[in-house]
Amino acid sequence: MTVSALMLVCAGLLLATAVLAVVSGRTPAATRLVYGACLIVTAGACAVALAALSGAAATPATTTLPMGLPWLGANFRVDPLAAFFLVVVNLGGAMASLYGLGYGRHETAPGRVLPFFPAFLAGMNLVVLADDAFAFLLSWEFMSLASWALVVAQHREQDNTRAGYVYLVMASFGTLALLLAFGVLAGPDGAFGFDAIRSAGHTPVNAALVLVLVLFGAGSKAGIVPLHVWLPLAHPAAPSHVSALMSGVMTKVAVYGVVRIVFDLLGEPSWWSSAVLLLLGGATAVLGILYALMERDIKRLLAYSTIENIGVIFVGLGLALAFQTNGMVAAAALALTASLLHVFNHSLFKSLLFFGAGAVLTATGERDMDRLGGLIHRMPVTAPLFLVGSAAISALPPLNGFVSEWLAFQAILQSPDLPQWGLKIMVPAVGGMLALSAALAAACFVKAYGITFLGRPRSAAAAEAREVDRCSLAAMATLAALCLLVGIFPGVAIDAIAPVTRDIVGSSVPAQSGIAWASIVPITESRSSYNGVLVFVFVAASMALAALLVHRFGSRAVRRAPAWDCGFPNASPLTQYSADSFAQPVRRVFGSEIFGVREQVDMPPPGDRRAARLTVVLHDHVWERIYLPLAGIVDVIAGRLNNFQFLTIRRYLSLVFLALVALLLVLAIWQ
Amino acid sequence: MAVIGDLLVQGLQMALVLLLAPGLTGLVRKVKAHLLRRRGPSLLQPYRDLLRLCRKEAIVADTASWLFRVVPYLVFAATWVAAALVPTFATGLIFGWTADLIALIALLASARFFLALAGMDVGTSFGGIGSSREVMIASLAEPAMLLIVFTLALVAGSTQLSTIATIFATPEVGLRVSLGMALVALIIVALAENARIPVDNPATHLELTMVHEAMVLEYSGRHLAMIEFAASLKLLLYISLIAAVFAPWGLTGAGGDAAGFAVGVVAYLAKLSVGGVLLALFETAIAKMRVFRVPAFLGIALMLGLLGTLLLFISKSI
Repeated sequence: MTVSALMLVCAGLLLATAVLAVVSGRTPAATRLVYGACLIVTAGACAVALAALSGAAATPATTTLPMGLPWLGANFRVDPLAAFFLVVVNLGGAMASLYGLGYGRHETAPGRVLPFFPAFLAGMNLVVLADDAFAFLLSWEFMSLASWALVVAQHREQDNTRAGYVYLVMASFGTLALLLAFGVLAGPDGAFGFDAIRSAGHTPVNAALVLVLVLFGAGSKAGIVPLHVWLPLAHPAAPSHVSALMSGVMTKVAVYGVVRIVFDLLGEPSWWSSAVLLLLGGATAVLGILYALMERDIKRLLAYSTIENIGVIFVGLGLALAFQTNGMVAAAALALTASLLHVFNHSLFKSLLFFGAGAVLTATGERDMDRLGGLIHRMPVTAPLFLVGSAAISALPPLNGFVSEWLAFQAILQSPDLPQWGLKIMVPAVGGMLALSAALAAACFVKAYGITFLGRPRSAAAAEAREVDRCSLAAMATLAALCLLVGIFPGVAIDAIAPVTRDIVGSSVPAQSGIAWASIVPITESRSSYNGVLVFVFVAASMALAALLVHRFGSRAVRRAPAWDCGFPNASPLTQYSADSFAQPVRRVFGSEIFGVREQVDMPPPGDRRAARLTVVLHDHVWERIYLPLAGIVDVIAGRLNNFQFLTIRRYLSLVFLALVALLLVLAIWQ
Repeated sequence: MAVIGDLLVQGLQMALVLLLAPGLTGLVRKVKAHLLRRRGPSLLQPYRDLLRLCRKEAIVADTASWLFRVVPYLVFAATWVAAALVPTFATGLIFGWTADLIALIALLASARFFLALAGMDVGTSFGGIGSSREVMIASLAEPAMLLIVFTLALVAGSTQLSTIATIFATPEVGLRVSLGMALVALIIVALAENARIPVDNPATHLELTMVHEAMVLEYSGRHLAMIEFAASLKLLLYISLIAAVFAPWGLTGAGGDAAGFAVGVVAYLAKLSVGGVLLALFETAIAKMRVFRVPAFLGIALMLGLLGTLLLFISKSI
């Protein structure tokens, strides 16, 4: 049985689980049954995909099912690129299922979640497997609709229905753009098979058109600024393990769409398309993390941080494209490796962080960070695991996030050899933006962790939080361990990606497995190298040594006392820094231009005992300047068209007649 | 045998940075005191302070968690490892390839990340203000630092500090406008990272513009000793970094002999003292900035870093 057939069987099993979920109804056993089945199937699929990736068969496995377009059938294929993304999808799926085994028990309406969860997983698998435009679009739409159903699972909350509505509009718009893109790619003959598209030459105009359409279609699903508006609404609205899937995995499926179409199907694009990707990526990274910093809802903060990471991934893709179009295949392989490794890494730590947010939500019922705090005392296992995720996403060594950022910087340093002046100047500037977004991400996660887990509890719910169940903790612990393992043995992950880059850009980063001490050396050792193991061991050893010496020869006595706070300790937890006040310095530095921040202090005069007030107004320019006017225009047009609903029969007949004449005229002129 | 020699050199470097760091802090304080017509404490005072702090019991706030007690050691360890990997008196350290310049900066960023978290652990307003300002300054200093690294790496064709130092010691690098810009930017970043005047004042913690000292306000005893030690190490690291890149004279190569190492150590001591004296002079001559002027100050570093990189392209193509 070929790999593609095996993967199709897995997708089929997931769909069967969805049907089972509908049948089995609301029994408590159904939750265990569905998530258990999903866990087993996705874990199996992950193993199969991993084997396919490391085996890297010379000829990709293909399977054709007698469905879809009559003259084409439904084609599915597993090549290294698909295998890599199948690993990402199914690893994330398995972890979410494991988490769901525990978390799903708290679901108020399991009937609204259980059938769609396996269907969503199946949809994502099928998108990656598809080998013709019809199967791709069908799976894409299936994935979108299944995830939409999960977003509106808790539909009684006002915000969730709005999130679902915005998501539905953006998703249909995105699919429309993809549909048009494939239309352009397939040409007038309707050659919808990916093989036919790959071998057909595409004119520069068509290639440009396809690039723009793909950025609209897949870019909106990934969360590229300014098409990101649905993401921070929809991702947090879903149950937490689904949020993790949407942020950690579904955005990666969208990245897969971009890579598949731009790098694989489109042939050789022109250099400016890389400039578009670079600029969009850089802007997305910085804006995404700035939005995240302004946020006080922990799940929305995580969703905005997803936008930042998508930006980082797109910068990597843009670099790879820039090098590829100029024939610098080694550098292109390095940039693509950085980008794909970040895809994998982000799927790990973003799932971990969303699971952590879900645990906090279960324990306290709160998403607002300003009503949390002190959870490190009440949730002794979740807290360190969330800390690992926060450090990883902030690109701190020796965790995995740093490795992909480091590779991206190494790729940026290859840019002086690019022949185009525009790219030469743009790449270091984008590198600066990448560094800025990494530093802001660290600030953002100091805030997220510090306000949520540290300090004193800001509400009764936070003060009485209880640690969550074992399944949830196991899922988080596995992901945290993977973050550390990939961070200290990055060579293994880089080598696993090598077949993908060989397939896509025709080269790969030198094999890392033979290098002494498990270092990674992307180009040559005199140029750059990094060793996660030794950094980890050195820091751990120095820490142990310092602690040992101080405790042995110094003092080991500890006295517990009230906080010093410069002599003015205040008993009220409200005197602590809050999410908003933590973001205030950054808000003052970046806010006035980007968010149009207005801060107003209403200080009562001496003697007046009314409370002082600080009012902060933030503007989301993307929403207010682009989407609201667009919605207004649609509204006006819809209002006008509404008039056609109430005409007399004579008018309708004359309209029909006029339309007929107009069409005939067009036809006459066209011929 | 060669490996043992290399290990010895690496061990010597680790011990050397540890021994010299408090002395450098003492030197800066002494010179500043002299410039203000005070006698100032002895050069050994920082060592005495550290020893005394280590012997005292640590007072930990009721609301503090395990994080609060682990972070000082973590910060110290990360800073020490970073300082041990910068070429001080010799290039080509045996573990020098463990972390290149980018990884070194990220290691320091790790230390700051955890220190900022520790500032928020007790749940006081002072800790919060310190942490939030620290991360604001860091979020501007780090990209500037990265752009400086780009400039250096493009000139040297490497991000390994050893390679950069070796190449910069050769005459063909010459004087370049880009490198001048990188030097100014690096000094600005170093001032900000080490919480020196004009960005922050290391000598006080009783005014509201303070950043670093507010963040570590709750620390006492051995924990405070670790943090103070880490701060000294960081100052030493930045001066060593500037010296290794912009004054790479006297550095011994990988297979040097005893005389070479002696020259290297003496040259390093001289560079450190010059750096310390210059820092004291600068700090005495300039006033502390308001905290919201700092972004503009760091913005200069950011722009200089970017301009340095771009100028390099232009000069390369001509």
